Amino acid sequence: MAIDKQQVTFSPVAYRLDHRSGVPSYLQLVQQVEQALRLGLLGPDDQLPTVKEMVELLAINPNTVMKAYRELEHRGLASGRPGQGTFIKAKLQRVSGAEQAALAQRLAAWMRDAAAAGLDDQGITAMVGAVLRDLHQYSDGASA
Amino acid sequence: MTALEARAVSKRYRRVWALRDCNLAIPAGRVTALVGPNGAGKTTLLHLAAGLRRATAGSIRVLDGLVPGSADALPGVGFVAQDATLYRRMSVAGMLHMAQNLNPVWDGAYAVRRIGELGIPLNARVGGLSGGHQAQLALAIALAKRPRLLLLDEPLARLDPLARHEFLGVLMAAVAADGISVIFSSHVLAELERICDYLVLLSRSHVQLAGQIDAVLAGHQVLTGPPDQVPNLPATLAPIRIAQAGAQVHLLVRVNGRRQPIPSGFTAQPTALEELVLAYLGEPSATALPGPELAAPTGSTR
Repeated sequence: MAIDKQQVTFSPVAYRLDHRSGVPSYLQLVQQVEQALRLGLLGPDDQLPTVKEMVELLAINPNTVMKAYRELEHRGLASGRPGQGTFIKAKLQRVSGAEQAALAQRLAAWMRDAAAAGLDDQGITAMVGAVLRDLHQYSDGASA
Repeated sequence: MTALEARAVSKRYRRVWALRDCNLAIPAGRVTALVGPNGAGKTTLLHLAAGLRRATAGSIRVLDGLVPGSADALPGVGFVAQDATLYRRMSVAGMLHMAQNLNPVWDGAYAVRRIGELGIPLNARVGGLSGGHQAQLALAIALAKRPRLLLLDEPLARLDPLARHEFLGVLMAAVAADGISVIFSSHVLAELERICDYLVLLSRSHVQLAGQIDAVLAGHQVLTGPPDQVPNLPATLAPIRIAQAGAQVHLLVRVNGRRQPIPSGFTAQPTALEELVLAYLGEPSATALPGPELAAPTGSTR
């Protein structure tokens, strides 16, 4: 049944949610759209599934999908067209190779500090996850 | 716009109070989870809202001030009972025919389409359908009357995981398309977080906690730290539950909406719905403390 429904929508992307990942559902949808943009599965003027299609497929609260689409708009990746739906607006701004290398270098320096302070790999991973969650929570609170 | 408003509602069955002094103001357009242990009063509250029973004291209103069970309220309120009450000896088509004649508004095309999508033959006998199909049939009939408020009593209890997913998918599609309000009771905590945006927690016949789930979660934190520091915590942090081991203590605390400084020696983590509900259910006395959005009568907000 779920496969049939997937074919009814014209979406080229098969959206899915991992409820054990700890990543909020709306953010998982945002990440999957971004991933599809990176892979070229979605491009400018492609329509995202309607809220109704998405909630029927995933059995989630409509607010979650609306929040994901608002976040995509906020990131400049999609835009809502009244009465039509939500459409992809832009190609994903990719981080340049040089920029990525510079960021990785700073992260590596921090990780050496953390290891020197006595944190093991799992401790470092846990801390990165916790800080990332705090950041998201803080930005959620600010935008709500 | 309120879907359900209760003011000082009590309900007594002979000598037993099923509900005591319940105040609620559930906004329209929400998907509300009604949670609580067995015997907490969930079914009674749904029956009062559907107009199947009368409150012993207090007043309950649905859809902006309508009396449950009145001629004005009935077409707007759909109710699916715990055992998805259907006439087992009837055919599916007969069931639809009867529903059409009992309801002033009836979207027969919707009902037939839904039943077709489920692969249920119209000439099948209702009693011969699987539990999942019976639940889906009851939901299709309830939605075909195009209600503005849908009340569901333990709709997920009899469904296997796939049927549960499809049931909730159909329900959420109806919410997305028509903006209907849904109130459903459930013990399946894991599913609530992604389906519901409003929480009502009943415990020992009282409303223990009610509010928008985002706000409720933001209003609580888990603090982890050394047990000997607990007496030094500020009184404004009201711990709901304390879980203590030798050298470490976890406190679920209410931060009352404000971001408070984390006490020294403690780390703060956000809480999840399941953890929060379990903590409150485990501490029925936490009722005495005002919740972040403990529902108060809101006659003036309209």
